[in-house]
Amino acid sequence: MAGKPKLYYFNGRGRMESVRWLLAAAGIEFVEEFLETREQYEKLLQDGALLFQQVPMVEIDGMKMVQTRAILGYIAAKHNLYGKNLKERALIDMYVEGTRDLMDLIRVHHKFSPEEQEKNLALINERATARYFPVYEKVLKDHGTEFLVGNQLTWADVQLIEAILMVEEKVSTILSKFPLLQDFKTRICNIPTIKKFLQPGSQRKPPPDESYVVTANRVFNRK
Amino acid sequence: MSGKPKLTYFNGRGRMESIRWLLAAAGVEFEEDFLETREQYLKLIQDGHLLFDQVPLVEIDGMKMVQTKAILSYIAGKHNLYGKGLKERAFIDTYVEGTTDLMQMILTLPFSPPEAKKKNLPLIIEKAKNRYFPAYEKALKQHGQGFLVGNQLSWADVHLLEAILMVEEKEPTVLSEFPLLQGFKTRISNMPTIKKFLQPGSQRKPQPDDKYVATVMKILKEG
Repeated sequence: MAGKPKLYYFNGRGRMESVRWLLAAAGIEFVEEFLETREQYEKLLQDGALLFQQVPMVEIDGMKMVQTRAILGYIAAKHNLYGKNLKERALIDMYVEGTRDLMDLIRVHHKFSPEEQEKNLALINERATARYFPVYEKVLKDHGTEFLVGNQLTWADVQLIEAILMVEEKVSTILSKFPLLQDFKTRICNIPTIKKFLQPGSQRKPPPDESYVVTANRVFNRK
Repeated sequence: MSGKPKLTYFNGRGRMESIRWLLAAAGVEFEEDFLETREQYLKLIQDGHLLFDQVPLVEIDGMKMVQTKAILSYIAGKHNLYGKGLKERAFIDTYVEGTTDLMQMILTLPFSPPEAKKKNLPLIIEKAKNRYFPAYEKALKQHGQGFLVGNQLSWADVHLLEAILMVEEKEPTVLSEFPLLQGFKTRISNMPTIKKFLQPGSQRKPQPDDKYVATVMKILKEG
């Protein structure tokens, strides 16, 4: 029996956001349980629900899956978003690792002091414009279809759009030198499932704010 | 035409070591090009060989693959080390993410300042004993075969053995409360391809020393 996947995480983006994006892009409805108290987290631990004592955790197809990358790989393969063969998989894997590295810079941004944030912002800008976006601009140019890999939407495209929007929230003009990425952004955002996810009222989460930080620290007993 | 895979990296473990392990376990011969100077590294970048300006780089089957996880997945998929079916893949992915997290802590240790090293090593051993090894001990117990997933060697087993040996180098008694992991270690170490890799003269690299750290920092101009 396959019910809806159930996501266990804080009520915020963090590491779970890429999972929400991918499920949404695949048109899969999901439910969420938000961690708000330490007691909830300890109960999950006691029940043996968290293999490595960590969230994200996603209940899906009878499994309690942990480790973001494993969860994303499973969803991608199950919903035909992982390419058609070993080599397409290899390209998708390389591309998602790149966007993952870029998004990780932003994911931790809110944890830094104001001075560190200034430095981090400069790093994000530099990495996006000098390392990552040139690569994806070139891939789109050389590959010649609407997508990064093959001729249909894959996990690589979904993660790239997530990364683009995330960087734009920090540096609004980040795509100014990347015309193909601008077109890509427009096209992918207009795919019906993704368009829906981008509308208010969807399960997409806002950027982290103070209360998100406070909740995470409380649940994990961090100072 | 596919010759032997060619690995480009520093002459040491780092992120490439898991790739050496997996190729060796699969019985695949490989060549290595060692980065010794910054000029070599800059030339690789100028010649467009490094998708994200980073190593590891593995030239395999006509591709210049980067991103360790992508490379390992490709090798596992190609050499029948990725399980049979979506769910076995999901388990393997989850397990290797755990051992990656554990090995990552040890990998970065030599590059941290001396006070941090002293503080972090006991924390790593504690995580190994309280978070990771209990999870794999339990997985072996519940699965009841000699392997973590399915009934044959997979990437997950190779990665776990690598992690066990790496932690044991820091704390030789770390497996004392994990009888199934002790049995696992003996069994997997005795598999012919792995036994060969563990012998002197193989392409397995020794633990990082000061010279290795200095070379890496010089080439990457970090710190």
